[in-house]
Amino acid sequence: MTQALFGQLLIGLINGSFYALLSLGLAIIFGLLNVVNFAHGAQYMMGAFAAWMAMTYLGIGYWWALLLAPAAIGLIGVAVERVLLRRLYGLDNLYGLLLTFGLTLIAEGLFHYVYGNSGYSYPVPEALRGGVNLGFMYLPLYRGWVVVVSVFVCTVCWFVIEQTKLGAYLRAGTENPKLLQAFGVNVPLMFTLTYGFGVALAAFAGVMAAPVYQVTPLMGSSLVIVVFAVVVIGGMGSIAGSIVTGLGLGLLEGLTKYLYPEASSVVVFIVMAIVLLVRPAGLFGREK
Amino acid sequence: MTRLGSPVVWAWVAMLVVGIVAPFVVYPVFVMNVLCLALFASAFNLLLGYTGLLSFGHAAFLGSAAYVTGLAMKNWGFPTELGVLAGTAVATLLGWIIGSLAIRRSGIYFAMITLGFAQLVYFLIVQMPWTGGEDGLQGIPRGKALGLVPLDRPVTMYFFVFAAFLGGFLVIHRAIHSPFGQVLRAIRENEPRALSLGYDVDRYKLLAFVLSAGLSGLAGSLKVVVLQFASLSDVHWHRSGEVVLMTLLGGMGTVMGPSVGALLVIALENYLANVGSWVTVITGAVFVVTVLAFRRGIVGEIRAVVKRSFIGVKP
Repeated sequence: MTQALFGQLLIGLINGSFYALLSLGLAIIFGLLNVVNFAHGAQYMMGAFAAWMAMTYLGIGYWWALLLAPAAIGLIGVAVERVLLRRLYGLDNLYGLLLTFGLTLIAEGLFHYVYGNSGYSYPVPEALRGGVNLGFMYLPLYRGWVVVVSVFVCTVCWFVIEQTKLGAYLRAGTENPKLLQAFGVNVPLMFTLTYGFGVALAAFAGVMAAPVYQVTPLMGSSLVIVVFAVVVIGGMGSIAGSIVTGLGLGLLEGLTKYLYPEASSVVVFIVMAIVLLVRPAGLFGREK
Repeated sequence: MTRLGSPVVWAWVAMLVVGIVAPFVVYPVFVMNVLCLALFASAFNLLLGYTGLLSFGHAAFLGSAAYVTGLAMKNWGFPTELGVLAGTAVATLLGWIIGSLAIRRSGIYFAMITLGFAQLVYFLIVQMPWTGGEDGLQGIPRGKALGLVPLDRPVTMYFFVFAAFLGGFLVIHRAIHSPFGQVLRAIRENEPRALSLGYDVDRYKLLAFVLSAGLSGLAGSLKVVVLQFASLSDVHWHRSGEVVLMTLLGGMGTVMGPSVGALLVIALENYLANVGSWVTVITGAVFVVTVLAFRRGIVGEIRAVVKRSFIGVKP
């Protein structure tokens, strides 16, 4: 009984970790570039595939993939920003959403063409196999690792953005990019790197997810919609807010799966409706 | 505004002629499919093109109406008109619910919220026992128009759909060219100013949303009568993206643009149907090119050229 409850809560916490990582990346990109990156889910999928391909074709293991896959996908992100997204600044931010939506279709279509519908499984790395018995539940090591690393990465991001000079530039750019440029900061470069970083974060989440879920071309497409709902619920105003909201909603989803499984796929959207009624700006958001 | 000989009148005449001739030249089911999605895109354009609201969840209205109409005609024995009406009514109601929540946020959040609610509708339809899950609803009877004319013949079915399309299109046309439409455009151009002029902006937005949702529902209901099945692809977010593409490609904020876009997208999909995943890739590429290179869309570009060369007005 409690075993099942804690099992579901753990799965919820893992989902929540991915929500947190992805909504963090979305929030960073949106904050500076004013672009809603619909391709975030596709980039997450590409991260997972990059890890799988590195393993299958090149024999590169999990630990290197954790570093290389985000770097590679992040570079693709840099190219996308330089070549495509850059042309849309100053226009209505609808166009950024539509462009990245088009890119999502291209990426998913290509991967679907090459790899089909079936999922590929990615082995759990040697060092993280097995698990520990916590008394009230059995914790597979890798799952614990996902939660710890996600929380750690999110915390580091929060620290860098809120407490360092680099983060101060980023926050200044979010407030007023023109003024920041007048102070001599290379804002266009900052835009490029920020987008690349956000994309790399999505790909990182993808590598982390590869051993937990099946690697499929469509693994990111419904996830990104949930992450959008998470962002609406949390509000994109605060970094800490998106982390807390992501984890919290994951837990809530796990709890729902235990209490009333039929509702587990929709509970996030129901929460979104309630938040819109009670606090339209989002739990941690400020109305712009 | 619509004088004799103005481009709008010519466009209407052209549409009527093409609409009457088309089923005898082209495969009727294809034309009917185009008409349904053209109505869908035109209804969507009322929101995106004229009110400036990007809904990324319009498949919810098309799809829910399709399922309700299918269910009403297949299981409850509704006559065709009543079945279509039931689907449209449900979509309108759903539009009112989703609309009143979504307009609480604006801009990009609006798109994310509508996408989220559409996904909610999608999951509900997947899980409900009466929707047939992955199989969808199949073998829906077409019934008889007005209880008299059987709709099994392609030509009668076609003119039933064409009449309904014209009705829906006329409603959109009237809405755009009315004081109501002017207010919508004012909201699109400058919401704070419209508000300060004393317009109840939220009410206008909601009304536009409900109207758009209802007409999308009409399109979905007609589609189900034509094709005789309702499937999950009608509620999927790909469908919501597709209608954005149709509107953008044809020209948002133009009366005829969405229909042109619908024709092109459906033709493209039919033409590429046997190359599988490439449809998605090419659709995505068309999206990217349209967003980057010609945001006014085909009809928008033509209109700009006509204005420049004949009237001498800079667009």
